[in-house]
Amino acid sequence: MSTSPRPAVSVAGVRKAYGKTVAVDDVSFEVHEGEIFGLIGPNGAGKTTTLECVEGLRKPDRGTITVLGLDPFRDVYRLQERVGVQLQQAHLQKRIKVWEAAHLWASLYRKPASDADRLLEQLGLADKRNAWFMTLSGGQQQRLFIALALVNDPELVFLDELTTGLDPQARRAIWELVRGIRARGKTVFMTTHLMEEAERLCDRVAIIEHGRIIDIDTPQRLVDRHCPERTVVLITDDPLAEERFRALPRVEAVTRAEARFTIRGRGDDFVSEVIQCLAEHQVRVRDFRTELPSLEDVFLKLTGHSIRD
Amino acid sequence: MLRGLLQLTWLEIKIFLREPLGALGTIFMPVVVFVMLGRVMGRGPSAPPARVAEFLQSGLPVMASVFIAISAVVSLTTIISIYREGGILKRLRATPLRPQTILSAHVLVKLLFTVITLALFILAGRRFYPMGGDVPVLSFAIAVLVSTMSILSMGFVIASLVRTARFAQPVGALIFYPMIAFSGLFAPIEAMPPALQFIARLLPMTYIVSLLRGIWGGAQWSAHLGDLAALTLIAVACTAVSARVFKWE
Repeated sequence: MSTSPRPAVSVAGVRKAYGKTVAVDDVSFEVHEGEIFGLIGPNGAGKTTTLECVEGLRKPDRGTITVLGLDPFRDVYRLQERVGVQLQQAHLQKRIKVWEAAHLWASLYRKPASDADRLLEQLGLADKRNAWFMTLSGGQQQRLFIALALVNDPELVFLDELTTGLDPQARRAIWELVRGIRARGKTVFMTTHLMEEAERLCDRVAIIEHGRIIDIDTPQRLVDRHCPERTVVLITDDPLAEERFRALPRVEAVTRAEARFTIRGRGDDFVSEVIQCLAEHQVRVRDFRTELPSLEDVFLKLTGHSIRD
Repeated sequence: MLRGLLQLTWLEIKIFLREPLGALGTIFMPVVVFVMLGRVMGRGPSAPPARVAEFLQSGLPVMASVFIAISAVVSLTTIISIYREGGILKRLRATPLRPQTILSAHVLVKLLFTVITLALFILAGRRFYPMGGDVPVLSFAIAVLVSTMSILSMGFVIASLVRTARFAQPVGALIFYPMIAFSGLFAPIEAMPPALQFIARLLPMTYIVSLLRGIWGGAQWSAHLGDLAALTLIAVACTAVSARVFKWE
């Protein structure tokens, strides 16, 4: 990821408490222009609070935030002209029609809006134009909210827990739409508690837990840094196999369940070492696969618990 | 922002009409009750006694108007709290819409339906009641709108403070309906004990009843400047308060 000359969002030392509960504390990060940036963490980690401070909907107790060169709280109305927002758990009037919502939103911005009807078409809502909001499925509602977030042709789009509650198919369709937003040259700042979503969609992610940022980088580099372990799982009936695996220098652990071996080690050379060993001793294997750690594992490693706990 | 206000107002009118029960209940039910009440009271075997006739002449129209205004306010507070609970307000807030624009749209919708209900009342009154033809309909309509505006502003404060729709309706009703008792609509204020008279002077409903009764009876606006001033003061003060305490979520 190349660093751009001016960050789209810059957050420094932000703290926000609700009464005695500190929602976010000393949070700092930057979102670069043109990237999909993800704030990831479990529910209640402070993702939405952070995002809403950046959107200008909440005022941080401490710290500074700059969005597109503006102070989001003081210049909230100027900023709203230039950003698009999709909120977690938002709704529209039950009996508002899809096209009415799109046209209302288009009428709210000073800038000549992008064609609302074309937007609905691009988001696959053309045949739902006249449907009431309450009759839409979860995926259709989210697509409408994406359309509303894009109606003012924003430079920066905020997406909060975009695919929560959607089935896998709808989720994949939404991911494609988000990549489409980036392809139009816009910056996307999203939150998610789905590690798979972050891994597939985000150029960079910040991991947040208990209101603090733990680490920020590309998903790949986070995995390389925090989870260098590799695992090989194979099935063989060779009686000498276990002994041979244990003799390999980079192997850290071998566990066996009948003919099935799970071999753990670290570093990029570990896997080729196992393969070499198999070839050298002509070990016949019935199955062979490597397991690469994911963001999920990074999260587990950094926080000591799974994101779903 | 005017474009946004008009768009939103028009949309809210359409949305309101799409809920058949709500529209029926707010616009037609009061008229139906009004007509039935008149039929029961006015159709005795003999001519109605003088007190009933007097009530039909001036008390009933004022009472009916007060009830229209209150139902508009209760409906407004309910809608705002439903919008808040459902996250609709929050979503609107993340647009360049200002809070006052959102509230103004709802006020316009409520005033429009108040006018429609009032018009139906007057038509029904002409048809079913021994109503004189010399009632200053236009002035009375304006007086009703001023009254509605004034208590709508109190409705804002309630809508701003009460978080859930389930509470907004009873809280609104609890605040507004008892006010009628002290408003001089049923018993003249002068006949009340001093303490109650003092309370009555603090309640906006008292000025509303005085204004409506006077205008209906053919009085000049100049005779009710005090009522108008009180209602305007309430509207300005409550709007200012609600702008400060308004909650989006």
